[in-house]
Amino acid sequence: MTSRNGEKTVSPVPPNTRLPARHSGYSDKIFSNLMLFFTIVMVGILAALVYILTKDALPAINKFGFAFITNRVWNPVTDIFGALPAIYGTLVTSLIGLLIAVPISIGAAIYLVELAPNWLKGPASFIIEMLAAIPSVIIGLWGLYVMVPVVRSNIEKWLGSHLSVLPLFQGPPFGVGFLSAGLLLAIMIIPIITAVTRDAMKAVPNEQREAMFALGATRWETINKAVLPYCRTGMIGAVILGLGRAFGETMAVTMVIGNGYKLTASLFSPGATIASTIASQFGEATAGVYTGSLIELALILFGLTLIVNVIARTLVWRMTSLKAAKK
Amino acid sequence: MMNLQERGQARRKFINKLMLVLSGTAAAIAILVLVLILGYTLFKGISYINLNILIQAAKPMGQSGGGMRNEILGTLILVLLGCVFALPIGVLAGIYLAEFANPRVAATVRFTADILSGVPSIVVGVFVYAIIVMPMHSFSALSGGVALAVIMVPVVARTAEESLRLVPDSMREAALALGITRWRAVVGVVMPGAMTGIITGIMLGVARIAGETAPLLFTALGSSFGVQGLLKPIGSLSLIIYKDALSPYPTDQQHAWAGAFLLVLLVLGISIIVRWVSNRKHN
Amino acid sequence: MEEKTNIMMQNTAKEEMPNQTCLEHPEDTKGILEVNNLSAWYGKTLAIKNISMSIRAKTITAIIGPSGCGKSTFIRCLNRMHEVAHGGRAEGCIMLDGRDIYARDADPVVIRRRIGMVFQKPAPFPMMSVFDNVAAGLKLTQFWSRHWELEEVVERSLRQAALWDEVKDKLHQSGASLSGGQQQRLCIARAIAVQPEIILLDEPCSALDPASTLKIEDLMRSLVTEYSIVIVTHNMQQAARVSDMAGFFLADQDRSGVLIEYGKTSQLFTNPKDKRTEDYITGRFG
Repeated sequence: MTSRNGEKTVSPVPPNTRLPARHSGYSDKIFSNLMLFFTIVMVGILAALVYILTKDALPAINKFGFAFITNRVWNPVTDIFGALPAIYGTLVTSLIGLLIAVPISIGAAIYLVELAPNWLKGPASFIIEMLAAIPSVIIGLWGLYVMVPVVRSNIEKWLGSHLSVLPLFQGPPFGVGFLSAGLLLAIMIIPIITAVTRDAMKAVPNEQREAMFALGATRWETINKAVLPYCRTGMIGAVILGLGRAFGETMAVTMVIGNGYKLTASLFSPGATIASTIASQFGEATAGVYTGSLIELALILFGLTLIVNVIARTLVWRMTSLKAAKK
Repeated sequence: MMNLQERGQARRKFINKLMLVLSGTAAAIAILVLVLILGYTLFKGISYINLNILIQAAKPMGQSGGGMRNEILGTLILVLLGCVFALPIGVLAGIYLAEFANPRVAATVRFTADILSGVPSIVVGVFVYAIIVMPMHSFSALSGGVALAVIMVPVVARTAEESLRLVPDSMREAALALGITRWRAVVGVVMPGAMTGIITGIMLGVARIAGETAPLLFTALGSSFGVQGLLKPIGSLSLIIYKDALSPYPTDQQHAWAGAFLLVLLVLGISIIVRWVSNRKHN
Repeated sequence: MEEKTNIMMQNTAKEEMPNQTCLEHPEDTKGILEVNNLSAWYGKTLAIKNISMSIRAKTITAIIGPSGCGKSTFIRCLNRMHEVAHGGRAEGCIMLDGRDIYARDADPVVIRRRIGMVFQKPAPFPMMSVFDNVAAGLKLTQFWSRHWELEEVVERSLRQAALWDEVKDKLHQSGASLSGGQQQRLCIARAIAVQPEIILLDEPCSALDPASTLKIEDLMRSLVTEYSIVIVTHNMQQAARVSDMAGFFLADQDRSGVLIEYGKTSQLFTNPKDKRTEDYITGRFG
């Protein structure tokens, strides 16, 4: 650069002995790359998961093809494996769980957000969240020794004698089976449906409620007309999140579903879900088609929960972005 | 005799009351279920707890009087391993998401973390079996720790990111204006500001993996021989509860209740303390 | 899921203009900071246009003007804080001791050491004590430092910031436990601790009560014996009270800020050269 009188000069940076001499950008770059590395590791885990599962399920995929999903036989001796009863079991138990949990969760959420006295809101929500923290194996333990006898001697007996016209309630009351598994699933997904529905309802701006009150509406009418329509998306998202959780639930279900492998309408019957099949048989599976089939089951379960979770997150995300837009 | 309007009013009031009762009942059911399960576990479990449980190893099948020392140790070791693997990845990924990534990259990574947190834990177990147990030809505590880490990473990453985002920009500006490098600003100013949130996330992750069973079924496997090192199978509280619950022997079933007592105390204890501390910080 | 970025996310792929604007100095005065044709953008919006001024050493220079005319943007360009905001970009050159701070090889971190900044809303680090706040600039650049060295620097900085007597018994309390005015003086002490040559103040008193404001104005007059000060203020009376030089900014028809007039404060306020300056001073707008 030239100075004022046109000569070339080089002006040194005034010395400041306490500062590092090198360009400080290096340390930033190192740190940034270190973090990027670990972030890539996190993404890589998911990619590796999909890859490995697919690769190791190939023995079964190659042997059975699409028939894996429609076949109902599961026979380690003849090496013939069909997933249909397991898929059926997953769907049925999750459905039972949803049917029982959704009314309870939404009702509880309505109560906690709109109707409960203020001093009760915090502690009650806290308690319901704690339900989600109980390990699945403990819920299974309680389910097996406390709930199943009650289901067998009371619930299934009553249903069997009064509603046996429906094939759902036919058959001997074992206690363990689809119904018990469905009940436990209901217990386990109540917290998450409640929590997300609560968030959706809290996101509704107060002006909506106040406007309704000003028109002379009762509390329930306000909730029904001003709040619930607003958070429909969020509630559906909550239910779907619960469904996803129910699909993947393993321990509690395995302990009370009775380890049958049947495609039957009777809810009293022992059965299996995808997760319970993997859990109970993986330890004794021989390599090759047997293990491959179990891994293919895991892949199917992964796919099911992936689809359900993506749908749920999109819905819930839409709800939160609407909330952000309102602010 | 009420006229039309009064009847309408009465009906509205009735429906209002009805809904109050119904929704209150729903909430009560949800709470009741927790109380039932928790209460039963605590009461039944404590009756089988004695000092033996904590200090002795388990006895062979069917015999009474055995302890859970190895399983308790196993849970601690597995959780520790899980943390060792999950914390660097999770915390650094969280910092990257909050401080350094551009929005598109961040959205993709966040989405990946969400998917990862939704993967059923048994699928994680199968995955780790395939990548570690099979090549090693052996079940191991190491593989169990890795499986737990896979579950813990997205939880830690998301809570770390959210905690960092809560630190106001004015803090970052003030730090940079002092003439310090970006990474030192993040480590020295922003992270300490988010530390409570980050630690809360870690503790919640710990509470979650301490109770996990499914991912350990074919990785850590469980062990009747006690703790034999990281490269051998290892038991855990959750695994022994599962095994004992399905056993035909009543002594084993009692054992399961004792284990459930300990596990529930541990997991709920951490969860409650963490939530209580974070609520206090917010108020 | 928020897509919000925070200010840490610098555009690392900045385009650096060659320094054609830095060649000649038409003015006779050689200020400590020579601003030459500085323009700055937020994304696509041009916030300030072709600002040139010479900031004198050991003086208080006030930047005044109505809100929205780029005063804050300008002062943030002086220590390269503007580019830290998302979409921030600056062109032109600013000579500090003969070297352009916007040169390709210039290190923003070093520049910010020599040109410190205090912000409008007092921002002490809440999880650090008063002591650690003041020492933060030192602790976060060195890998180790003896405690007595830090003690010396902290006491000196707090004394210079006229805060020592009020906090000397509270050094280990949280920085956020002080009052608003004290917090701002703490931020000044923190900025001074790294021994900058220039201190930039971006509306430092607008969040404070009048008593604290006066304290800070007194503080500025004592600091100017050692440091050069540039202060953005929307309070004309403050500018008149405190500053030696003043620059009046206004937004032109394209909503970009331009420098209308720059000169001695006394002259600007009693005998402004530009009619727009006169209108502003006499309160016809702004």
